Amino acid sequence: MSKTIQRPGDTIFRGLAQSAAFVILVTLAAVALFLTAKGIPGITADADQVKHGTTFATFVIPLVFGTLWAALLALVFATPIAIGVALFISHYAPRRLSGPIGYVIDLLAAVPSVVFGAWGMMTLAPAMQGPYAWLEENLGFIPLFAGPASSTGRTMLTAALVLAIMILPIMTALCREIFLQTPRLNEEAALALGATRWEMVRMSVFPHAKSGIISAAMLSLGRALGETMAVAMVLSASGIITFNVISSTNPSTIAANIALSFNEASGLTVNALIATGLVLFVITFAVNFAARLLIGSPKRAKGAKK
Amino acid sequence: MAHHIDVTDLNIYYGDFLAVENVNISIPARSVTAFIGPSGCGKSTFLRSLNRMHEEIKGAHVDGKVIANGQDLYASTVDPVDVRRQIGMVFQRPNPFPTMSIAQNVLAGPRLNSKRMKKSTADDIVEKSLTRAGLWNEVKDRLGRPGSGLSGGQQQRLCIARAIAVEPDVLLMDEPCSALDPISTSVIEDLIHELKTDYTIAIVTHNMQQAARVSDRTAFFNLNGVGQPGRLIEHGPTELVFSNPSEAATEAYIQGRFG
Repeated sequence: MSKTIQRPGDTIFRGLAQSAAFVILVTLAAVALFLTAKGIPGITADADQVKHGTTFATFVIPLVFGTLWAALLALVFATPIAIGVALFISHYAPRRLSGPIGYVIDLLAAVPSVVFGAWGMMTLAPAMQGPYAWLEENLGFIPLFAGPASSTGRTMLTAALVLAIMILPIMTALCREIFLQTPRLNEEAALALGATRWEMVRMSVFPHAKSGIISAAMLSLGRALGETMAVAMVLSASGIITFNVISSTNPSTIAANIALSFNEASGLTVNALIATGLVLFVITFAVNFAARLLIGSPKRAKGAKK
Repeated sequence: MAHHIDVTDLNIYYGDFLAVENVNISIPARSVTAFIGPSGCGKSTFLRSLNRMHEEIKGAHVDGKVIANGQDLYASTVDPVDVRRQIGMVFQRPNPFPTMSIAQNVLAGPRLNSKRMKKSTADDIVEKSLTRAGLWNEVKDRLGRPGSGLSGGQQQRLCIARAIAVEPDVLLMDEPCSALDPISTSVIEDLIHELKTDYTIAIVTHNMQQAARVSDRTAFFNLNGVGQPGRLIEHGPTELVFSNPSEAATEAYIQGRFG
């Protein structure tokens, strides 16, 4: 048996690829280490040692709530639109239309978040004042729209709408890929039974894409959780916990709060802010991990019900 | 229930490309008509044009007439969706819906027409269709299990049950046994034999022995060369086409000299 010949090109490239992979892990570990080391003094600090004047738990809980609430609302707005656009591109649009639409959606991903923030603050927020007043007047009995309606329009709902637009491109792209992978066999099975296009989508495309849509949503959620500038610019925050989405008092998000408070912070306050970053790190990590688990799970339901 | 189909001067195009040229054939009711011919001769395309499934490829269109039950399937007032409810189709590879149970697969078609179906009606349809497809005894105790858990031959019979559950007039089969083992193939062939008492059946097959075994009539398609349109060379009673074909090309193909 002859010994495998080692070619220098293979050895060099293998080394490069290996170290590149290693660098990623080291970076991640370094970030986690930094957040933990700098964050722990902030977590254990007394109320009178930090600027916000409360214990860490009281400080961080409204922020965690705001982060999750804004991301969740964004997800609720973005998911149906992303599925609709992806479906249009994959199954409805003529080819000469579907290409350009997909391209424009991808372009949306290239717009810097500060631009979205500026647009949300200067254009969307004023435009939403009227609708918010209407919501308060007509749907005020629902706690979400209890009001009083914000006079600036810089509310949780506006922030969530901006976030929704920002996560739309990745979600659409992921959904489109999944829809395109629907086996032709299953689509033809539905069509041959006399299904209309929409019935075909419901019978073959959605069942095939279900787990993919869920993981696309989770990945987008991860993005929405960490978004900083847009929220910082749009939301008028006051550190309370409320489900009211149209009033002028809103919980802030972790990322936006760090961006807004960091410059004026000193001493243990900085550590507390870094600790909130650690909390965000853990949340996004958990969301992405859950998404990975879902992607990895088998596509077919094992025990289909009758 | 079963109707015969009359095809006159049918040309089938993909965009500007003429795929099948000038087909004239009558497919009689309650019998099996087999389409044979070498690869690329347009037999599958022609089969798919009989329930307008080929239109799912962008740019596909036809001119000429396909008349079933006195109605031109390509008249401007006809919706392809309605055509496909009358003319069912079974495909080359078994394709039960992977997330649906056996019963749900059978009911997929009927549920398109009536969203709210009584449970007793649904159970009747499931039993009747699966019995007709010769699958009932094998699956009656596991109707709630996924259809994808069956063997290939069983899946194909499930697909046949699904196709006949909507009570079509005509069944089109596009090489229904080419993905199956010999025993499953023989089961499906027996089934085709039984189904022709109720349905008009058209079957595409690569296998000439199969055509000889299952069909009453045979149509031979051929093409002159790559890039040329496929044409219907001859058609007639199966014994005649196999024993005494009128065209030299048919004889050559049947004797295995090309294809």
